[in-house]
Amino acid sequence: MSQKVHPYIPNMVPEVQAEMLKVIGAESIMELYSGIPEELQLKEDLKLPPALTEYELRRHIEGILNKNTSAKEYLNFLGAGCWQHFIPAVCDEINQRSEFLTAYAGEPYEDHGRFQALYEYQSLLAELVDMDVVNVPTFDWGQAAATSIRMAARITGRKKVLLAKTVAPERSKIIINYGTPELEFEFVQFDTKSGAMDLEDLQEKLSEDVAALYFENPSYLGFIEAQGTEISNLLKENETLMVVGVDPISLGVLAPPSHYGADIVCGDLQPLGMHMNYSGGQAGFIASHNDVKVVSEYPSRLFGIVPTVKEGEYGFGDVAYERTSFAQRENGKESVGTQTALWGITAGVYLALLGPNGMKEVGQTIMQNSQYAAQELNQIAGVTGSRLHSSFFKEFIVDFNETGYSVEQINQRLLEKKIFGGKDLSLEFPEFGQSALFCVTEVHTKEDIDHLVQAIKDILA
Amino acid sequence: MKRIQRTSKTRDFHQAKWNEPIIFELHQPGEKGVELPPVNEEIASVVGDGTSAIPAAMQRKSKPNLPEIGQARVLRHYLRLSQETLGSDFNVEIGQGTCTMKYIPRINELLIRDPKMMELHPLQSEDTVQGMLEIFYKLDLCMREISGMDYFSFQPSSGTQALFAMASIVRKYHEQKDEGDQRDEIITTIFSHPSQAATAAVKGYKIITLHPDENGFPDIEKLKAAVSERTAGFVVANPEDTGIFNPKIKEFTDIVHQAGGLCFYDQANANGLLGITRAKEAGFDMCFFNLHKTFAAPHMCGGPATGALGVTAALKEFLPAPIVKYQEGKYSLQHDLEHSIGKVRSFHGVAQTVLRAYAWIRALGAGGLKEVAKTAVLNNNYMYHKVLAIRGAGAPYVKGHRLEQVRYSWEQLTKETGVTTEDIQLRMTDFGLHYWTSHHPYIVKQPFTLEPTESYSKEDLDEYINALEQISKEAYENPDIVKSAPHNSTIHKMDEQDYLDHPEKWCITWRTYLKKTEAYKLVK
Repeated sequence: MSQKVHPYIPNMVPEVQAEMLKVIGAESIMELYSGIPEELQLKEDLKLPPALTEYELRRHIEGILNKNTSAKEYLNFLGAGCWQHFIPAVCDEINQRSEFLTAYAGEPYEDHGRFQALYEYQSLLAELVDMDVVNVPTFDWGQAAATSIRMAARITGRKKVLLAKTVAPERSKIIINYGTPELEFEFVQFDTKSGAMDLEDLQEKLSEDVAALYFENPSYLGFIEAQGTEISNLLKENETLMVVGVDPISLGVLAPPSHYGADIVCGDLQPLGMHMNYSGGQAGFIASHNDVKVVSEYPSRLFGIVPTVKEGEYGFGDVAYERTSFAQRENGKESVGTQTALWGITAGVYLALLGPNGMKEVGQTIMQNSQYAAQELNQIAGVTGSRLHSSFFKEFIVDFNETGYSVEQINQRLLEKKIFGGKDLSLEFPEFGQSALFCVTEVHTKEDIDHLVQAIKDILA
Repeated sequence: MKRIQRTSKTRDFHQAKWNEPIIFELHQPGEKGVELPPVNEEIASVVGDGTSAIPAAMQRKSKPNLPEIGQARVLRHYLRLSQETLGSDFNVEIGQGTCTMKYIPRINELLIRDPKMMELHPLQSEDTVQGMLEIFYKLDLCMREISGMDYFSFQPSSGTQALFAMASIVRKYHEQKDEGDQRDEIITTIFSHPSQAATAAVKGYKIITLHPDENGFPDIEKLKAAVSERTAGFVVANPEDTGIFNPKIKEFTDIVHQAGGLCFYDQANANGLLGITRAKEAGFDMCFFNLHKTFAAPHMCGGPATGALGVTAALKEFLPAPIVKYQEGKYSLQHDLEHSIGKVRSFHGVAQTVLRAYAWIRALGAGGLKEVAKTAVLNNNYMYHKVLAIRGAGAPYVKGHRLEQVRYSWEQLTKETGVTTEDIQLRMTDFGLHYWTSHHPYIVKQPFTLEPTESYSKEDLDEYINALEQISKEAYENPDIVKSAPHNSTIHKMDEQDYLDHPEKWCITWRTYLKKTEAYKLVK
């Protein structure tokens, strides 16, 4: 059967195939499959929809995508682990570059630029978290937290881990899955009025077998945990490591966890220049001090700077490669592989564009907008703008308990008004009843916020 | 006009060299890379500066020590770095065997940049993401057909994470049968990816590694000796890194099943098998495909990516939640999977890559997928014959045809010339070609692994082969030129071991470099 040559498969040209088969000394391509037993070879063609030409494909996919309504068309107040932020055009320009898009495992001599861009990412993020070591990115915040915790367990030789009850439940699931069966997890309670960690409960649960405490700041519920130093002091007495998850876009205004005693810091890079992509923008980072005991426990690649034989040239390569599972298989530190390098490069571009002033400015604008939104929502009868009385960064709990409506009902009505309302917390945190986690960032204008407030007023009227 | 002679069989190449400073060295106080959305004045008058709400102890006291650089200078810097990167779009990337470096269709890159894809929040109500869910579901259907498995999850975001998810399922499965503690061993093979062993170890398993028999096949007698009531699972690639297909694979999976273990198939690279043979018929309970390998999503310097994880109906309830279902004309997310391992990654995985893979399959159809496999195998066997004819090159184990890749050896060349596979790797750079040796440990001596995929033309293959031939010739005639390579790279040789392996010397960030070289005062 003669078949059309597909544009992705140059060697479908029959004459070329014949010539190549001649070199091989085979009659047909199927002869090359003689190593696969007959009974394992499929007898029929796969049942797949017919092939489309490029134009047809575009029509087909765009037709499907048109069934979506994006956060560009509707007003979006969802956050909870994936956030809508301003993305400088240069970020997209760089991560669409063919070279970066299609590079993979090149050596430092052929991919010098990739190594340098990732080294610079490590270095830029290091300034943001004010620590000396940052890895080549991991999958996402949850997995970065899981690995940070496992690192802490290896460093201390202990098996028990405390998690703040306010850690994002999705992340807890990832952390526990990555930690089981080796580690044992226990939750530390919090004050439902402020969100703050219950230090008495922490003290009670601390024992000499506790490797690490993990909490997030700003927390999943948006509030700022102010007791960083107190927590750190308690942990130090017990030689327990402090692992803190953080939203990096907050660090122009919030103290980085290294300033209040964190040993390992992790978080998600998505706010630093990645589109939401239905969760395809997530990327995890891990940072620590330059302590050989800690560095040796990273499973990730860590790029380092190296002189070359020519003065004035920078070179780059893998630091302590022998740690990794690439080098040691099951005896390496956890596992390494393809993770989210391109988002690391993009986050580096973002930080280079914003600089010290931009990072402060974006943090400040986010806080002003979110505080304004909370205040305005708070003025609606029956609605509490921020359920927790602690200060918050970009997310806050809106309490609808007194309205007589469920979050689900309110969100459904908001959707009719072209608004994506906050994340319903009633399942994850039943203690807050009918409450939702709203996210307000620098992308929201006063009109957007006023429109949300008016919409909720109308719904409740 | 003079006739310009282009007779050289290898490319006269030089990698871009911009000698770019480290980005911190571009710092110019007062410059600005981008303007941010401003705060509304009325908002500022109502709430003040916003940051005074932060408790004193939690306020950042000094700005982060980032550089200040104008926009054009940031762009230029990164464009130059990109030029100093040899992406697979630029080179004939046959040298990264096992990783299936294939053509990245540009239509797919255009499609994923549709705002109706890029600007979707993962928690939007299902009604507003019907298109996205449809793509997840339709790719699931395609994957079921390609593998014979019954359900897929696209949450794992690489092959390594898919392997981790499979090891998690194995554990949960045996725990459900009250055999979680007893079954504490996972069996793998030495020619499988290191992540198979590494992720199973993360999940608490003891690893048993099978070595090949004299023909390069996983040794069935060794498997029989390894299985017991302690066997939790068996994970393997087929073909393995050698490109040799294990014809007894069904017997292998039978043996493991009889011992009570689960069998999971590493199909990160399934490029020679599309439409030819499937996981189901070989008796596997699970498999995964790397969408960034076989299914033409780009590698992006190492992710984000997708390890599409498929299971038989019996294991559906163990999948990470949610999965997409279709009922009465509506797509929805199913969260209630009874024995779910929970989550391996946040939300739904890397949706862009799911879209890319679906688009790629639709561009090819069933016939096209089979042509992909057949052409990849044709290309590989053509190279195999040509490479074996190169002086000093060989390929251990069984003679005859291989599937989509081959692990070769320069053992003879090294013996005769002292030139190693690492030397050759650096010399290949001089021809604008990437070349990867192999995973450690080097079971095959002086290894290199080539995988020409379906994307390259005969002429491309010949270019790669010519470069190898040229280097072999050099090794025998003028080994110094190989040993002192690279000559046409962005940079000269590095003093690696010293500066990367000694804690007192390594500098994982620029600030550490400045501290160690006593110059930490750049931005104040």
